[in-house]
Amino acid sequence: MTVTESAPAREVGSARKRKEDQRLITGRTRWTDNIVLPGMLHIVMVRSPFAHATLTRVDTAAAKASSGVMAVLTGEDVKDIQGSLPNAWPITPDQKAPAHPAIAVDHVAFAGEIVAAVIARSAAEARDAAELVDVDYDELPPVLDLKEAVKDATLAHPSLGTNKSAFWQFDSAAAGTGGAVDEAIEAARADGIVLEREYRQQRLIPAFMEPRSVAVDPTGEQLTIWSATQVPHFVRIFTAAVLGIPESKVRVIAPDVGGGFGGKLQFTPEEVITVLAARHTGKPCKWTETRSESLVSAHHGRDQWQRLTLAATKEGRVTALKVDLLADMGAYLGLVTSGVPILGAFMYNAIYKFPAYQFNCTNLFTNKTWTDAYRGAGRPEATFAIERLMDELAAEVGVDPLAIRELNWIRHEEFPFTSVCGLEYDSGNYEAATSRAKELFGYDALRAEQAQRRASGDRVQLGIGVSTFTEMCGLAPSRVLGSLSYAAGGWEHASVRMLPTGKVEVVTGTSPHGQGHETAWSQIVADRLGVPFEDVEVLHGDTQVAVKGLDTYGSRSLVVGAEAVIKAADKVIEKAKPVAAHLLEASVDDIEFADGQFTVKGTDKGKAMAEVVWEAFTAHNLPDGMEPSLDADATYDPVNFSFPHGTHLCAMEVDTETGATRMRSYVSVDDVGTVVNPLIVEGQMHGGIVQGVAQALWEEAVYDDAGTLVSGSFVDYTLPTAADTINLVTDRTVSPSTTNTLGTKGVGEAGAIASTPAVVNAIVDALRPMGIDDIQMPCTPERVWKAIRSAGGTQGAATAGSSAPHFDAGESEKGEVL
Amino acid sequence: MTRITVTVDGVSYSDDVEPRTLLVHYLRETLGKTGTVVGCDTSNCGACTVHLDGRSVKSCNVLAVQADGREVRTVEGLATNGELHPMQQAFHDNHALQCGYCTPGMIMQSLDILRDNPDPSEAEIRQGLEGNLCRCTGYHNIVKAVQQAAKAGAGS
Repeated sequence: MTVTESAPAREVGSARKRKEDQRLITGRTRWTDNIVLPGMLHIVMVRSPFAHATLTRVDTAAAKASSGVMAVLTGEDVKDIQGSLPNAWPITPDQKAPAHPAIAVDHVAFAGEIVAAVIARSAAEARDAAELVDVDYDELPPVLDLKEAVKDATLAHPSLGTNKSAFWQFDSAAAGTGGAVDEAIEAARADGIVLEREYRQQRLIPAFMEPRSVAVDPTGEQLTIWSATQVPHFVRIFTAAVLGIPESKVRVIAPDVGGGFGGKLQFTPEEVITVLAARHTGKPCKWTETRSESLVSAHHGRDQWQRLTLAATKEGRVTALKVDLLADMGAYLGLVTSGVPILGAFMYNAIYKFPAYQFNCTNLFTNKTWTDAYRGAGRPEATFAIERLMDELAAEVGVDPLAIRELNWIRHEEFPFTSVCGLEYDSGNYEAATSRAKELFGYDALRAEQAQRRASGDRVQLGIGVSTFTEMCGLAPSRVLGSLSYAAGGWEHASVRMLPTGKVEVVTGTSPHGQGHETAWSQIVADRLGVPFEDVEVLHGDTQVAVKGLDTYGSRSLVVGAEAVIKAADKVIEKAKPVAAHLLEASVDDIEFADGQFTVKGTDKGKAMAEVVWEAFTAHNLPDGMEPSLDADATYDPVNFSFPHGTHLCAMEVDTETGATRMRSYVSVDDVGTVVNPLIVEGQMHGGIVQGVAQALWEEAVYDDAGTLVSGSFVDYTLPTAADTINLVTDRTVSPSTTNTLGTKGVGEAGAIASTPAVVNAIVDALRPMGIDDIQMPCTPERVWKAIRSAGGTQGAATAGSSAPHFDAGESEKGEVL
Repeated sequence: MTRITVTVDGVSYSDDVEPRTLLVHYLRETLGKTGTVVGCDTSNCGACTVHLDGRSVKSCNVLAVQADGREVRTVEGLATNGELHPMQQAFHDNHALQCGYCTPGMIMQSLDILRDNPDPSEAEIRQGLEGNLCRCTGYHNIVKAVQQAAKAGAGS
């Protein structure tokens, strides 16, 4: 649109308060568990307490005789109709995966796997009866640890014959995008710096606040499924594909959905079972999980060992990076389980100009809950590894961590830049973001205080952590997904419907669950069509309304989904122009559109959008042959990924006597391109940063030796509280994306990707004079204290063995993947 | 079954309940007060927080029979004549919610904080909200909202 001096204030860029809030703050909500239908039955799952066992008998007689019980389904009952849950990302042609039944038939591979489903009049009766299901298990030895799993001595699925699901490699020399890593590493061994480190990405649990719930109504001609899901369109497709129900007979609704963070990017056993139960009983059925059930059975995230070899010149210019991953799939491959590490494969080189790069990943099965997408999915792991390594390199060279980054990063004038992975970063300004972050943080003053505390031997040491991240999001160009063997595309769909009364309906294929699409899409369309913000209604999350879509994950909704909205809105304008021209008795070529007005070039004649819409509705006076509708659809396939970036700085105080840590300050300056709504963007950053901080400090899914999840409730899985966290300083620089109309970049995952290494770098920075160069996450007071103790607890002590590089000399030269 | 009489958001109800019924299930399933939600099973998350005789309780941690003869207020009973309560307004103004699942509990607990202390410090607000979990906001804007509500006199 042409911007003139008299133009009204733009919606894009304004801190609109959210449309979504009114219902949510008054309790007028429609969570899946709120849905009650006449005759509705309730489902409670019976789950295996054993991590690995053969099922020898499932006796349901007593449960079936219990009050109010309609049916009890076992694996034996449904084995011929339940199909196998899908994996949409076979990363290699020879990827191995076990069949994935919704209800186990004869083998359970993790504690929490469903062995029976009780269907009763009330949830309480179903729960009572579930206690009466008598299951006999023959326990098998579980494999739980990745480094054990890779040996194949104990198998998670004996029928597979191995724990290895797939091996995947990217090599810059083979791809023609860079040099050979091994040559560069050898050169650095001879005359330069080689850093070898091993980092642990602990297992996390997405822990969305709304427990998952599924309700299925089989009484209509179409089966209607309500699900607390991020991906209603996926659920529809897979219900059809897995259960053999015609897709046209399935309607999926994601009503109000209480958070996801990737944890609701799944097609679940419970969705399959609720459909089967509804069809079996002919009644509406609902399943809602307890929190303990959620923690043990909803997919987990992360869980990798990362072996890293970084080569650099003596001055600290990186010459090569080699990554060897062991990635824990858990017991099964979920929707994108196998692809999560691959989403990180192209991000270890981050914002830097590395001439040679190699990524090797071995995906392994264990007898634990399966892993899958969790906020960032692969990219937090990559960012952690490289940002930790850059701090190590700075320490090795003896310069400030920001200086080593600046030496290696892509300079502003070098954009667009093609990375060593062959990705084209469209825009960015690492200098500007870093400069602003330093200013807000008071970097130099904090460094001075750190020096003073070190000099005085203060019991409380201060550490400063840096994370200069980028990430690839906005999933995703369909052709790239195809080249990576992902089963679907990455486009998004939208419709814009011009109602005769002047209101506008925007239908989006994205499926928000807290992100504020209703508000942001309204702002965009208000500007585009020149209509009031309040007159735009955004519809989503029901496959009968939003008939096409690929849903919400991977920071894709704005950069892909809203771009489809823009293209649909632009089509409306183009469809309206001939009508306006006809009404104005002008040539279409002379019609201009701005701020909701169609005008004839060089005249003061014009028609408002609402008038043109009304004419199209009555169709009394349209140009000959014109369809009486201005409504338009658009399907948009992105041309590139989105590359937000930012500089995050964290100050941590570490009590060297107790190991307690305290976050002193946290500053982030993010560049997410053009901002549609700063309120929403800041909210995304706050939440993302705290999730990343929680990985650094508090959260871990812990299993005992038998494969029982011991952090299986909110007592033990320690989400951060208001009392654990601090106010964050968030600011932005703006380098508009050059690959979409508004110049936006993804923001949903950025905070979680950036913050984890900033926190751990700060703790390590505080303790580095003691010879400590790593503390495994989560950096609990106990782990910090033990690191200090093993390092001697005093400044200048020799580096403890446990803190030294975890490699035998020359081991990595063998070029083997473990 | 046990007969209870409870006033919820200004309406008196008499019902027969199983003695084991939790207050939150009575509110949601018997009364249809689905604005109050369940987020955990260990009384950690606070999503189900309501007021019982004016004080915040986690309604998953109270039996329905314990509410007999008492008054319950939920998030659904805060707005009057279509006007948002200042605490609700503050949550909206400060973008203190994203998915909104923790919000009913957060709002009810925030009111309880201001009842005890109409002018709390940031640290006192954070301490007062420790029993309510939010996964979306990082708490930053929730704290700001409570500060705004305190300034607006929501606690007086």
